[in-house]
Formats: sequence, C-alpha cells, structure tokens
Amino acid sequence: MSDQDLKKTPLYDAHVAAGARMVPFAGYSMPVQYKDGVLKEHLWTREHAGLFDVSHMGQARIRGANGETSPAKAFEKVVSADYQGLKPGKQRYGVLLNAEGGIVDDLMTARPDDDGLFVVVNGACKDNDYAIIARELAGEATVTRLEDRALLALQGPEAAAVLAAHIPEAAQMVFMDARALTAFGVDVIVSRSGYTGEDGYEISAPAGAAERVWNTLLADARVRPIGLGARDSLRLEAGLPLYGHDLDETVSPIEAGLNFAVGKSRREAGDYLGADRIAKELAGELTRVRVNLKVLEGAPAREGAEIADESGAIIGRVTSGGFAPSLGYPIAIGFAPPAFAGLGTKLKVIVRGKPAAAEVVASPFVPNRYVRKL
Amino acid sequence: MRFTKDHEWVVVEGDVATVGITAYAAEQLGDVVFVEVPEAGKTVKQGDGLAVVESVKAASDVYAPVSGEVVEGNAELSDSPETVNALPESGGWFAKIKLANPAEVDALMDRDAYEAFLATL
Repeated sequence: MSDQDLKKTPLYDAHVAAGARMVPFAGYSMPVQYKDGVLKEHLWTREHAGLFDVSHMGQARIRGANGETSPAKAFEKVVSADYQGLKPGKQRYGVLLNAEGGIVDDLMTARPDDDGLFVVVNGACKDNDYAIIARELAGEATVTRLEDRALLALQGPEAAAVLAAHIPEAAQMVFMDARALTAFGVDVIVSRSGYTGEDGYEISAPAGAAERVWNTLLADARVRPIGLGARDSLRLEAGLPLYGHDLDETVSPIEAGLNFAVGKSRREAGDYLGADRIAKELAGELTRVRVNLKVLEGAPAREGAEIADESGAIIGRVTSGGFAPSLGYPIAIGFAPPAFAGLGTKLKVIVRGKPAAAEVVASPFVPNRYVRKL
Repeated sequence: MRFTKDHEWVVVEGDVATVGITAYAAEQLGDVVFVEVPEAGKTVKQGDGLAVVESVKAASDVYAPVSGEVVEGNAELSDSPETVNALPESGGWFAKIKLANPAEVDALMDRDAYEAFLATL
C-alpha cells in the first residue's frame, strides 16, 4: 500500500503540526511518536496523562432487528463473553471466534445507553469483523459502522483529574463503566478503560469535534500526546495481548490466558462458534499457553524469536517483546507448552542465534492501576 | 569524518578507523536501549554486520564501513546505550577497526556529500 492510499484520522493535521513521525498502521497514517520519543512518552503516561489518537479502531453499533430490542443474544453466537448479562452503563472485553475456536479479533462491547450495543474493534480487523457479524447475525441484528467518529484515549494517573474538569460525570465512573454523555458541546461515549494498564478513559466523539477535544485536553499541562510506539510498550508491560501478534485465528482465548473473556454462562451453554475446543481446553487439554517472560540478559527478544528450554530444545516462540521502559529490562509475551509455563521456570530466548536466559513471570509485568471502586 | 549510505561514520587516525552511526541515524532509531558491539580480534569485510543497535521500537544492524580487524569495541555502550543518542558522532562510537584497505575510506562520502544524500531521503 502506498502512502497515498493511507487513510487519515480526523486528527492527522494535529499530529503533523505537533511534529509526529507518521507511519502506516492498519491502513491509516498514524503517529508512532511525537518529539519526545517513545521512552519519554511511555514514562510520561505512567506518571501523568497521555493522550492517544486511536481513531483507526472500528466503532460500530449493533442493534436488534425485527422488533428485537437487544442484539445481545444474537451477538453471543460469535463472541464468547456474556453480553446478555451486560448491565446498562457497563463495558466488557470479549473475543470474536471462528468455528475452530480461534480468535478472529478481540473487542470491547458496551451498553452506554438504550441504543443496542456499542463495539470497538481493531482497525486492521474491522472490515472482516463487521462482515462476520452481519452474516452470522443476519435477520436478528444489524451492524452500523460509525465512520464519522473519532476515538481518543486519555491514560495515566492524572487522567481522571484532567477529564473531570471537562466531564464531571467521568469521575463517578469506575473501571469498565461506559456512558453516553454530552461533553465538549457534542455527544460522546466515554468508558473508563484503555490499553496501558493505567487508569484512564476512552472517548468517542464526532469527527468534526475531534480536534477541538484533542486540543482542549492537550491544553492541560499534565497531558502530552503519545504515539503508537509507547502505546505498544505500555500495553506490553500491562500484559495485554495485541491482535495480529499475540492473538490470531489459530490461538484460542484459553491458550492466550483470556479465560475471563469466556463468560461463565457461556461455558455451561456452549452455544457459540468454537465452543467444543474451548470446553476441551478448559478441561486441561492444552498443547500451548501464553507465557510472560523476563529476559535476564542481552538484547530484547522480539516477535519471532524462538523460546528454548534449558537443554536448548525449541519449545515455542515470542509473539511480542521489547524493552520495558518502566522496568529497565526486556520483556516478552510468547507461547510454550503448559509444562514450561509455571512461574519461575527458567527458559532461553534465541536472539540472533544466541540463547539468552529468561524466566517465566506473572502477568501483568507492571501492576495495573485500574480504579475498580470509588 | 566520512559517511556511508547506511548512515555509519568513520574517522581515521593512523591505520585505525573509529566507527559509529550518524546523528541522523540515531534520531531515526529513537531511544537506544541496547547495543551489541564486536569483540577485539573479529575480522570484518566492508558491508558485514559489525554491531547491533536496538531502540524501544526495533533492532537495526550496523554494517562495517571498512574492512579490517576490530581492535576495540566500545564497552561503555553496554551500560550506557543512551550515549548513542546523546553523542552519536563522538562518545557513542561502536568500534575501532584496523584498516585492511585504506582506499575504502577514500571512496566514502564526505560531510557535504552525505548531507546532500540525506536531502534526497
């Protein structure tokens, strides 16, 4: 894809004006970093508040058809989470599955109001996701893409104080609350969630208001713009998998350690695509699972690096990895047989032909700071 | 100082070339978090991999701009990889190479030619 074919988010001009380095990502021209660089942006978000443009992500409404007031039951055919049990004002993580129980995408689904479900999916997956949802839910629910909306994320320990000045209701929300509100003079959908492990919010706003919201938040000295480079290192430290790297159509949510994305009611009912495999894996039939690795020496082990046991036998592969700015050493996410997944297991990562010591550690690498109660 | 199109620089004193990456390369890489320099005694040909430099974002190879035997790697970069960003064209050097073929240096770009090359990127 040439640069001319890349789509632009409503904040493209603001990024360029701020000195961002723009790169192709999920079909969009996106800021990978601003003038501060990845390291400073990462640490700023952990200490203050970082503002991210994630408008490349897909936003859509799923609404009941043929007089059905809620699309939740129909939607549950293709996702593993319990959405019939999703209360008004709440959001829940889930995975879209194929018939083999592999992950087609991971997504957030919210009930911010009475207008069906509001979903946010990965930018690179959205066309395929919407096609699957429309096909599988035909006659029972409809999918409406919200192409005219931007999505901003405000993340970090000072995010709540910053946003409260503009959206007082935001301070009354807890982690995974989602509300449709009027703020900045427009309709917004706000959730207290994100992809950094920090407290924070995601704000869906009409495209026409995006630059105004962006600039208003950036006018606060506690807020700096943060690019996709730091978004990746922040989510890695938070132990959050990235679709297309740690998750793909061969990986099940159980292998990936996302058991919480398979609702309790859904496990009993087994009424969704891939349910057979998931039931077997929940019963212990697993050949590989996600491992979080602390690399104890040498260079960062990045995506594709092989994982070996202490004897040198190759047992798995790194699916994402890099230097962890908040920890000061390299970390990685990968997959290995369950026998090698116990905390403290000594392993090797092969970087440019050289084995380096690594150890299985708990997830998240950096403790998350979600605000679960006020 | 002489330059390659891969953004390495070379400074020659006697028959030893000190090698590093340019300020432009360091800026493009972003924050350097790991450097692997060659050990003394290693023999390299022009264009061979000489060192590895990793930023938060990615790993990059540093190629030998000249042929010869490595007489010293910059051990300080192991503990202070950020020196590559802070002083790319001085303290952030990667290796010193005893020249096997001094004529290779003459064929590299001078500062003006390198600046002109950067302007085309």
